Amino acid sequence: MFRPELMKWLAVCGVAALFGLRPVAAAPSDAAGAIQAIRAVGAEGRGNAAASAAWKQLAANGLDQLTTILAGMDGANDLAANWLRAAAETIVARESAAGRKLPADDLLAFLRDTHHNPRARRMAFELVARVQPDTAEKLLPGMMDDPSLELRRDAVDRVIAAAVRALDGGNKPESIARYRQALQSARDVDQIQDVARKLRELGETVDLPKLFGFLTQWKIIGPFDNADGKGFTAVFPPEQKVDLAGEYDGKTGKVRWSDYATKDEFGMVDINTVYTPLKIVTAYAYTEFVSDKAQPAELRLGCKNAWKVWLNGKLLWERDEYHRGMQIDQYRLAGQLQPGRNTILVKACQNELVEKWTVEWQFQLRVCDHLGKAIPSAAAK
Amino acid sequence: MTKSTNHQSPITYYVLRIALIALCLAAARLPAADWMQFRGPHGNGVSDETDAPAALDAKSIAWTADLPGRGLSSPIVIGDRVIVTCSSGPRQERLHVLCFNAADGAKRWERQFWATGRTMTQSKTCVAAPTPVSDGRRIFAQFSSNDLICLDLDGNLLWLRGLTRDYPNASSSIGLSSSPVVVGDTIVVQVETDCDSFVAGIDTATGVNRWKTDRPHNRNWSSPVVFADKPGRQVVAIQGLGGVVTFLPATGETVWNRTNESANISSPAPGDGVLYVSAHGLVALQGDSDSPTPKELWRDFQLAAGTPSPLVMGDRVFTLGSKLCCGKVSTGERLWTLTVKGPFSSSPVAAGGKMYLANEKGVVRVVDVTKPEGGQILSELDLGQTILCTPAIANGALYIRSDAKLWKIVKPAAPQAP
Repeated sequence: MFRPELMKWLAVCGVAALFGLRPVAAAPSDAAGAIQAIRAVGAEGRGNAAASAAWKQLAANGLDQLTTILAGMDGANDLAANWLRAAAETIVARESAAGRKLPADDLLAFLRDTHHNPRARRMAFELVARVQPDTAEKLLPGMMDDPSLELRRDAVDRVIAAAVRALDGGNKPESIARYRQALQSARDVDQIQDVARKLRELGETVDLPKLFGFLTQWKIIGPFDNADGKGFTAVFPPEQKVDLAGEYDGKTGKVRWSDYATKDEFGMVDINTVYTPLKIVTAYAYTEFVSDKAQPAELRLGCKNAWKVWLNGKLLWERDEYHRGMQIDQYRLAGQLQPGRNTILVKACQNELVEKWTVEWQFQLRVCDHLGKAIPSAAAK
Repeated sequence: MTKSTNHQSPITYYVLRIALIALCLAAARLPAADWMQFRGPHGNGVSDETDAPAALDAKSIAWTADLPGRGLSSPIVIGDRVIVTCSSGPRQERLHVLCFNAADGAKRWERQFWATGRTMTQSKTCVAAPTPVSDGRRIFAQFSSNDLICLDLDGNLLWLRGLTRDYPNASSSIGLSSSPVVVGDTIVVQVETDCDSFVAGIDTATGVNRWKTDRPHNRNWSSPVVFADKPGRQVVAIQGLGGVVTFLPATGETVWNRTNESANISSPAPGDGVLYVSAHGLVALQGDSDSPTPKELWRDFQLAAGTPSPLVMGDRVFTLGSKLCCGKVSTGERLWTLTVKGPFSSSPVAAGGKMYLANEKGVVRVVDVTKPEGGQILSELDLGQTILCTPAIANGALYIRSDAKLWKIVKPAAPQAP
């Protein structure tokens, strides 16, 4: 049975144990040095120990260092950005709980500078919105073309809401104009699809393949073998050299390149329509893309078959997996376009499964910038 | 050489003694009443508590808290803290780790991160599918994007890993859900897909790999479990289409391996050194010191499970498919079945002879599983939202979450005397 003395004694022990477990708060220190240590984090946890020590010091700072920490995300890898985000969030939580005001003016200045890391700017926006929600709301109309996809999405949502209100008010032309404005700026696939559907309901035409930048004209060759999934690593002749006049031994006879054009809204290249549905096979698709300048680009692929993608003969990425879902922009492959003609080769393998959901042998590919805006082929222009 | 001395003052003596006892109490601060990982302290769905709520109704809800995003992950409970993970945003790229007061549901802190890996999932699941784990001092939150986040109990960041950054093809387009476990100073993560797969032991202090082992390229959503395969030794077990493997957590060295196909959604359940695994029915496996393969103690095809993992409680093992089945752990003999409305994504949990079954429609049922003649539904509570998570039981309460809410469910307070 517990006695009062024993309870007191246990309470003392509990407090002692509590303090024994609580980490001693670090003193604030040179923010720049701490940020540098955090930005050095690399693969497989390299730099974590130093970053962890630096983080304690950084997070011990006050709100005066908030925008310095956010600016530390500029050019940082996404892991380092998360370390810095957590430091900023910790400072904000602690200082806000102590009744100190967020530096709204500094955050606004940071937010307005679009050279800063887009995610850091979004964080600045959310902090501003906590203390000055009206100010944040007023900023959104100017963010239709913002490099932050999150800010842009909110800005586009406002315009979509305006389109809905215009239509509800009987002003169809205004509604269409607002939807067109939204479509021009939207980068998120779901927003684009929603707006396109609304515009079509209003009798408007929308060229989705062009808007997304899907590649619709291809040359296709196959089928080659894929017994035991070995077609994925096998190097068939089109991988060695693309010769559109070439003829090769395929899985069941001689194979040649044939033209393929897709009219699918989302650029689906359905290889089954070329050969009738096949299993345990490999095919290649080839196209050319004309760039008006040297520029970085993303090749964004959707594919539920095993695949490889080459740009100008360089393998961008490969994935040996079958029938585990597919969506637009499923894989984002960074590449570099050269001025003039660029070659794109896609390898798509089909496996042996016979279930209904394993019939598809297809892919969709678009060329865009890092925000998802279509880069049109100069040839198409 | 320094001579020992007994010249301590009485005050110093008592201070040292109190500190020593406090240290012992601190070490013992990993109480059985906490629920610090997927499927509880033993990884088999059972809490050691004896006093859990039986009669559920609307008054059983002690509090609810709003959540900022989706999640199939279970809450975990560390003392007076309830930890929950969520994912939000149009591409589920915002990851949340939240801490609530167990007493009143007030939010103590929240930390957000940006996903560094792929966030595509099948629509039913989401990026916050794996349940976080704690060693009592730290929280380790893994997401389907393969982000692994280590925080202290106050939300201070200790380290981060982006496992998809490190191993880019170890990702899935339909989502990952394996929940990590902690053994000593190693956290074990299991990331298995049709493309690249691995299991790794990661230093809890620094987030650096202690070891990493490639695994068969097979899709897998099950979670590792920790159990003592013999006195004084803890091993980690994982199952999947390639079979069941146990290994030493510190090194990854294989203890035993059984290559017969097993389920790749439900997780193994340990009990008294035996591992119960869904594999075309249920199979009971026990390590054999003379063999690299385990002994198959029994197999029973009637104890079939679906998505939920088996539950082991005393001398009974339970599986949940179209029915709740109860069998003997010694032989696999099926003792009784009980029809309970599903469907179930959530695994059953139990305490004090009462089992909690939460179906996808949001109905939580309490089943008395102590009667030899069969299970008896004691009560039910409709939470009105889709429930896919496995509940947690801690300190006399049940914690459960949806994509939008976290509930604490308790025994209704006894009416006060006038």
